[in-house]
Amino acid sequence: MAEKRLQRELDNLKKMILSLGAMVEERVRMAVKAIETRDADLAAEIIRRDYEIDENEVEVEEECLKILALHQPVAGDLRFITAVIKINNDLERVADEASNIATCVQHIAGREKVAVPFDYNAMAQKAEFMVKTSLDALVNLDQDLAFRVLTLDDEVDQIHSEIHGHIRVAIVEQPARARYLINLLFISRYLERIADHATNLAEEVIYMIEGEIVRHGKWALEV
Amino acid sequence: MNKVPKMRIKDLDFFYGDFHCLHEVCLKFDANQVTALIGPSGCGKSTLLRCLNRMNDLISTSRVQGEILLDDQNIYGPDVDVVTLRRHIGMVFQKPNPFPKSIFENVAYGLRVNGVKDKSYIQERVEKSLQEAALWDEVKDRIHESALGLSGGQQQRLCIARAMAVEPAVLLMDEPASALDPIATQKIEELIHKLKETYTIVIVTHNMQQAARVSDVTAFFYLGELIEVDQTKKIFTRPSSQKTSDYITGRFG
Repeated sequence: MAEKRLQRELDNLKKMILSLGAMVEERVRMAVKAIETRDADLAAEIIRRDYEIDENEVEVEEECLKILALHQPVAGDLRFITAVIKINNDLERVADEASNIATCVQHIAGREKVAVPFDYNAMAQKAEFMVKTSLDALVNLDQDLAFRVLTLDDEVDQIHSEIHGHIRVAIVEQPARARYLINLLFISRYLERIADHATNLAEEVIYMIEGEIVRHGKWALEV
Repeated sequence: MNKVPKMRIKDLDFFYGDFHCLHEVCLKFDANQVTALIGPSGCGKSTLLRCLNRMNDLISTSRVQGEILLDDQNIYGPDVDVVTLRRHIGMVFQKPNPFPKSIFENVAYGLRVNGVKDKSYIQERVEKSLQEAALWDEVKDRIHESALGLSGGQQQRLCIARAMAVEPAVLLMDEPASALDPIATQKIEELIHKLKETYTIVIVTHNMQQAARVSDVTAFFYLGELIEVDQTKKIFTRPSSQKTSDYITGRFG
């Protein structure tokens, strides 16, 4: 029956998006490790393999368009597909940011460290945790987890803002190391973007479950 | 714009003999809105539609409890003349059913039955109704030829013109496009969209996409009960009732 076919295709789509989510999560983990270890080889691997994510993203999108065209889904099914289209896009962007981080790591790897009074690992781990948690929320359709991600975004924004201040001071003090420091700033910026995309993911999960659009801070009224 | 209910159904129960097929239905139809009645076969939606202009009166074993108000008048009241009522509440059926007469006479029929004799008025109403039904340009040169020579889609638009000729307030449509091809269906849907500027429209359809496309409000029926009524865009994106969701997503049963 037609509806069973639709259900099969939706189940398959869910598998595809979760598999892409797992791949992207792994890229973020690799990027965070690359920051910690300044490992140029690991960074190169992230960049080299970004095409895998891109290919999967295209496949998921094509699958969504096919289901929309052939089944004209409504209600929860429609919300699922529209959420997947957006989640797909955000996941691909997260992987891009991981790749951008890798490029920065390549620049700073092997160069003498500049002492910045700041621990990148905490920020990186927070961003990674947000991606992981929003994907867990997607897997389990867990609204509470998704809302937790939204509250974390402000923390990451705050850290990024602090790093920005530190780097500015460091560039003034050590202008010869400006390039290195700018790369550090970029890493912070890319981590902050990863957290933003994780927030979008969480918002899409909430939409999928509730049918409420909670973007643009609308959720703040509810917590 | 404030919505004004044109028709209101109050605690309606309907029986075919012993079979209780509508249960305490309360529903209103706002003026200049299209309301779609949806639900699986046997849910009572067509029965309800036929209650709205007392077509069920023709079934001797049928029985109605409750009220249906057109503006503020109960259409089941003792003083109501059913012929007059049906002038105010027109109906279009699933299968186009033109009379074996000319195109002109089909549209003029309702006026003649209602005793209109003024030829120029009849002429004017026929032309206007055919224009409203988006059929005039296609038939104006053969207006006195048989209506049976028209295509299915044209016949259905002729039936809509015929219903409109007597200037009803409400137009009931029972699966008006189910026997038509996609192009004719599209024309009917365009027409419904245009007609709601003038009329209050209630449509029964099995075609979910059609309900979504043409209606402002959707009412979902199941086993003779009104399960949920809401703005169509809400019903098709986030229905409140699990039953509604199961039905419109095809997971029923």
